Amino acid sequence: MTAPVRDPEQRQRTDEFTSVRHVYEPHRVGLPPLGSYVRELWRRREFAFELSRTTLRAQHYNTVLGQLWLILSPLLLACVYFVLVDILRARTGGITFFAHLMACLFVYYFVMDSIRQAVRSVVGGGRLILNTAFPRVLLPGAAVITALWRFLPTIAIYVPVHIAVGLPVGVELLWLIPVFLLFAVLATGLAMLVAAGQVYFRDLKNFLTYVTRLWLYGSPILYFASEVPERYQFLLVLNPLAPLLTAWSDVLDFGRAPEVADLVVGAAWALAFFVGGALFFISREREFAVRL
Amino acid sequence: MSSLSVSERTRIRVEDVSVTYRTSLEKAPTLRSTLLRLGRRQRVIREIQALQNVSFTVPHGKVLGVVGANGAGKSTLMRTVAGILPPTSGRVEVEGRVSTLLSLGVGFNRKLTGRQNVVLGGLAAGLTRAELREKYDEIVEFAELEDFMDMPMRTYSSGMYGRLAFAVAVTMHPDILIIDEALSVGDARFRRKSFNRMRELCAEDRTILLVSHALGSIEKLCDEAIWMDKGRMRMWDEPHAVVEAYTEFLGVRDEDEDPVTMEDV
Repeated sequence: MTAPVRDPEQRQRTDEFTSVRHVYEPHRVGLPPLGSYVRELWRRREFAFELSRTTLRAQHYNTVLGQLWLILSPLLLACVYFVLVDILRARTGGITFFAHLMACLFVYYFVMDSIRQAVRSVVGGGRLILNTAFPRVLLPGAAVITALWRFLPTIAIYVPVHIAVGLPVGVELLWLIPVFLLFAVLATGLAMLVAAGQVYFRDLKNFLTYVTRLWLYGSPILYFASEVPERYQFLLVLNPLAPLLTAWSDVLDFGRAPEVADLVVGAAWALAFFVGGALFFISREREFAVRL
Repeated sequence: MSSLSVSERTRIRVEDVSVTYRTSLEKAPTLRSTLLRLGRRQRVIREIQALQNVSFTVPHGKVLGVVGANGAGKSTLMRTVAGILPPTSGRVEVEGRVSTLLSLGVGFNRKLTGRQNVVLGGLAAGLTRAELREKYDEIVEFAELEDFMDMPMRTYSSGMYGRLAFAVAVTMHPDILIIDEALSVGDARFRRKSFNRMRELCAEDRTILLVSHALGSIEKLCDEAIWMDKGRMRMWDEPHAVVEAYTEFLGVRDEDEDPVTMEDV
């Protein structure tokens, strides 16, 4: 920014969204000053929480039946897949396999739910975008928060199952925290990517239905990572979710610390999507108002 | 520049701004149509020059009126100054907190209640929750919608919708207020009330951009006016002269003060 600054006190605040001084110049695919962007994002974080709260309320999250459904729906889904896999594999994985299925399916649905909520966030936020200047990243951000709130009740149904089937409980479970954080980073990156993508390709949402289905089958959820035959190993290598799911399952099903390789590769995928998604989204977001 | 005293500081500086849209004639861009088009280099794109080399400044505390026919680029200009649309070339400099009341839907989501919309809009505009709490009652009181705030906005009449929008915009106590053709809302009583409120705001130390087809209120409220025509700024002068020239150009001024074109806010 090369602002001809007249007032020296104003110098340090030649930013995009700050309440003091704004300079708008053409940068159709350029990045705004990132420092002030992040500062402004942080200042308006309450907006993302409020937006997510409003969305949840619209989905009847605050009613008893609505919450019951949030618990029933993933539980039924886990049952369906359990029966399916049990028949297909012709040997029973037993009740411990059911626990594995639940744990992985629920965290997988957290990531997919983030994407599903995010894909409409920018296009659906039309009016607000046409009329208010604010960091647009807040919109997919709110989508991830919404997905997180919908994920939380599933923990409540998993924990009793985990204990009932006698899976290990110990300090190793603390590993779940960093692994889940990596899931969240990956989900946020994907959310920004699809939210911006939907602006340019309005049928992206339809494609995503197939992508999420394929991704589910290509991930170590309906099976264990260790069971994947040699000729399909490449699926695990190419799948950004695979190392994190393997780590998740290591901790929950076997009570052991995740392997370093899984953590490193999983973190690398997550960060790559986060940085890539953020750069793509932020460099394009000024254009959204024209495209809607 | 350094000789300008604080009170005459420039609040809005628009320098040689052009905005060009590229609209494809397809209904909505899709991945499918992009893939189908691959290899065949047919892309139907129309360029629309919404603004061409517009420059003006607004000093602190002044009210600038904007007149022009439909499609002259007034709304685009307002959205560029508000920082919503990036200029294609040129530069916009705005100093102070901006509150906008733009004609395009005002940023309310019809599925949400009035209360949720006010809170979301305020937070997006950068207010804190404490500031919002402080202003919320004032907004509701001004809009006179006490009984409707917890109902979805799709149940609002268009007058109620506009009243809430106006109330939000004028209650934010911005340094710069941008109002785009949104004054003619509500019944006669509310229009009188909003006109009075506008007059108060104009008298206060506030910088205002006012787009209106009500030429009478442009003359009454503004210190200066610009006339937009097909994306260019045709005139920048004191309001009476601009309105005179504009009405002459439109050929609508048969008798003096035609009540239809001069109609109040």
